[in-house]
Amino acid sequence: MMSTRSRWILAISALVIIPAFFMPIWSITLKAPQYPDGIGMHIWMDQLTGHERHDIQNINILNHYVGMAEIHEEDFWEFDVMPYIFGVLVALGLLAALGGRRWMLWTWVTLFILLAIGGLADFYYWGYQYGHDLDPRAAIKVPDMTYQPPLIGSKTLLNITAYSWPYWGAAFIGASLLGGLGALGYEYRQRLQSLYERLFSSKSSNQEVEA
Amino acid sequence: MFSNSSNYLKIGVGVLAAALVALFITGCPAQQAALDDREAAQKVYKAPGEHDDLYAFLSGGYDGQVSVWGLPTARFLKQIPVFSQHPETGYGYSEETKALLESTHGFIPWDDTHHPHLSRTDGVADGRWMFVNANNTPRIARIDLTDFETKETIEIPHTAGNHGSSFVTENTEYVVGATRFSVPTPNRDVPIDQYENEFQGTITFLTVDEETGEMDLAFQILAPPFNYDLARPGHGVSHGWAFFTSYNTEMAHTMLEVGASQADKDFIVAVNWKRAEELIEEGHGEVVSAEYYHNKMDPGTGIAVSETKDSVLLLDPADTEGMIYFLPTPKSPHGVDVSPDGEYIAAGGKLATVIPVHSFSNMLAAIENEDFDEIIDGIPVLNYESVIHAEIEDPGLGPLHTEYDGQGYAYTSAYISSEIVKWSLDTFEVVDRIPSYYSIGHLMIPGGDTRSPYGQYMISMNKTTRDRHLPTGPKQNHTAQLYDISGDRMEMILDFVTIGEPHYAQAIEASIITENVKNIYDLAENTHPRMIPSSRQARVEREGENVHVYMTSIRSHFTPDNIEGIRVGDKVHFHVTNVEQDWDMVHGIGIMGATNAEILVPPGKTKTLVWEPRSEGIFPFYCTAFCSALHQEMQGYVRVSAADADVDLLYYTGDRPTE
Repeated sequence: MMSTRSRWILAISALVIIPAFFMPIWSITLKAPQYPDGIGMHIWMDQLTGHERHDIQNINILNHYVGMAEIHEEDFWEFDVMPYIFGVLVALGLLAALGGRRWMLWTWVTLFILLAIGGLADFYYWGYQYGHDLDPRAAIKVPDMTYQPPLIGSKTLLNITAYSWPYWGAAFIGASLLGGLGALGYEYRQRLQSLYERLFSSKSSNQEVEA
Repeated sequence: MFSNSSNYLKIGVGVLAAALVALFITGCPAQQAALDDREAAQKVYKAPGEHDDLYAFLSGGYDGQVSVWGLPTARFLKQIPVFSQHPETGYGYSEETKALLESTHGFIPWDDTHHPHLSRTDGVADGRWMFVNANNTPRIARIDLTDFETKETIEIPHTAGNHGSSFVTENTEYVVGATRFSVPTPNRDVPIDQYENEFQGTITFLTVDEETGEMDLAFQILAPPFNYDLARPGHGVSHGWAFFTSYNTEMAHTMLEVGASQADKDFIVAVNWKRAEELIEEGHGEVVSAEYYHNKMDPGTGIAVSETKDSVLLLDPADTEGMIYFLPTPKSPHGVDVSPDGEYIAAGGKLATVIPVHSFSNMLAAIENEDFDEIIDGIPVLNYESVIHAEIEDPGLGPLHTEYDGQGYAYTSAYISSEIVKWSLDTFEVVDRIPSYYSIGHLMIPGGDTRSPYGQYMISMNKTTRDRHLPTGPKQNHTAQLYDISGDRMEMILDFVTIGEPHYAQAIEASIITENVKNIYDLAENTHPRMIPSSRQARVEREGENVHVYMTSIRSHFTPDNIEGIRVGDKVHFHVTNVEQDWDMVHGIGIMGATNAEILVPPGKTKTLVWEPRSEGIFPFYCTAFCSALHQEMQGYVRVSAADADVDLLYYTGDRPTE
């Protein structure tokens, strides 16, 4: 059985995902001489929005010159399933906290990590597709040039610099996963004692626990 | 050693002293001037990309438009077509805007804009609308300052030369107008020498809707057959009143140059419009027939529609006690300018040797005491000595127009002596004067006609240019000069060339307007009946000889861009919807042989250009705005067949549809 403390940590971690339903998870910004403030889009669990209302249309207009496919929210099956995936993740986290078995915690954290890796891989795949699958009749063709946006970070593509960064939603999801890992660490604090002490010895909460 | 160095020191000091004395005696004017220039340059400099502090709106006079400038740099921002067709944008050529130029005289492609005036709240410009008058065929227009476009024009009946216009009251309750020329009211066929008996002047009040800005002709006041010149509603203590200058109280109808310049004094007309409202409430006034046009643009469709109206409420001073008075004023006064607190009314007696300054409270007292010299056509003439507060001595020659800095000073333009005189509202003496180049007409201090002047700058609008700039032939554009008036002395800091002939101007702090300016027209709010939201709805439909092309433009193509089945004699309506929703992403359309103009379509708008092909053949059209890297590819063809040809309508972009 898990300790009460770990179960609370797990339960709270599961709940920490919830705000990510209501805010963008990722942000992609394009800056160009004509767009000094950038135009861009926000990726949510269930939708795609422009930073400003018409940014996606304007990105599509810019992209069509180099033959990139138009970005349309309805083309992404992910938006249909992501809310359920995260919903299940919240529910499983709460169930695991209720059940209180260590294997449940293990399962939750592993599932979470697998989903995170899968999500990023999927995101990379889309970026790859948009960047490489170019209309052969495009007006502007630059030999050997592809337009894949960066997974994380920035990249200059012709006159445009693309920035791709996690947004607030991702911070909550990340915090949730860290919480799960924390619970796991707490459960195995005996085995991880030396590491544990090195990491947390300065924290007063830790002293409380040891007392 | 010691004494030697002491001697060197003495010699050094001596040389320095001599140099200083020489400097004081001769001065170093070149260096001095250079420093001044640099200082002036700094005052009008904004780094590239940096915005100006104020918007200035200058009327265009005979170009019928209003131009928009940034201050203090005098960067030209935009020309707003108002009463004149504008081939640049298609204003007055596009089917949506033509109605704005309709009048009882028919479609008028031109007028003479004089006095732009910003809408106000509590006597301060609020940046919502700009009103401007048409002097020639009497009208007033309203410009919307969220997109800097003309949205409404209204004709003023019983008026000939709407010069005393379009000034607004403290809370934009009214826009006022006054006729420059007296004419028979109603206008009719009479011998001109019956002027004194058959002609009348009128003063007009139009209400402004608080929400929409829409104007409506509220009432007119009959006045003796004088020439009415300029106007200012009161504010502050004089809120509820409006003042108008008159000249030609001699009632000359020919050679006014002489005939209208004989009397020592003409009149300022003071109208108590709150009293007028009471009188109307009590049933005074007569509804008389008067045909006039009221042209309004629907905010959703962007289509202007004309409406004709047939009557107006006319008030006769003989029947309306306590509403209207004459203030004797030397001599042929032009400006009638109310101080920020509303107490003083300075007249620009353009042939006077002083600037007469009336006191509003004196005026009220004179009315109270019935201190009248005479009564003309039911209008009491107040005693000059009773209402005058001060006469500014040595005001320059030809004083025209006064504005205020809010720091206790007034600034009056003097046309003949080509200068601006600054005088104190405390001592009523001239304290400074500075030349203008050349022959200043109006001047403008941002907010200088409101309750709260900005007081940093002043613009002179000059009537002749001569040698001020690189010459451009016998007719040169008009100059304007910018002055810094923040110090004790006025300083000229910039000289720039304007568009048309600015008669008057307004300025306002930029932030009041920028927060409401549109970047795009929202396509979702475009209710134009021929609008299509995307290229999927693009089509061509024939309705008899009228062919309607529902067309979209987006970077970098039209849909459709190939059209066949048009016949000679058809009337082809290109309804172009710019489906872009990106700031400043404008597309246009020009068609070979079109006898009207091109049109520019801003993002989200639908505009219509009508083209009547006169001969068979292939007619290209293209995007007139350099919209994108492939702008030069943004084009199409129309195939025009003989009038009796049997060619089916066909339209496409990209793949030609198979039959």
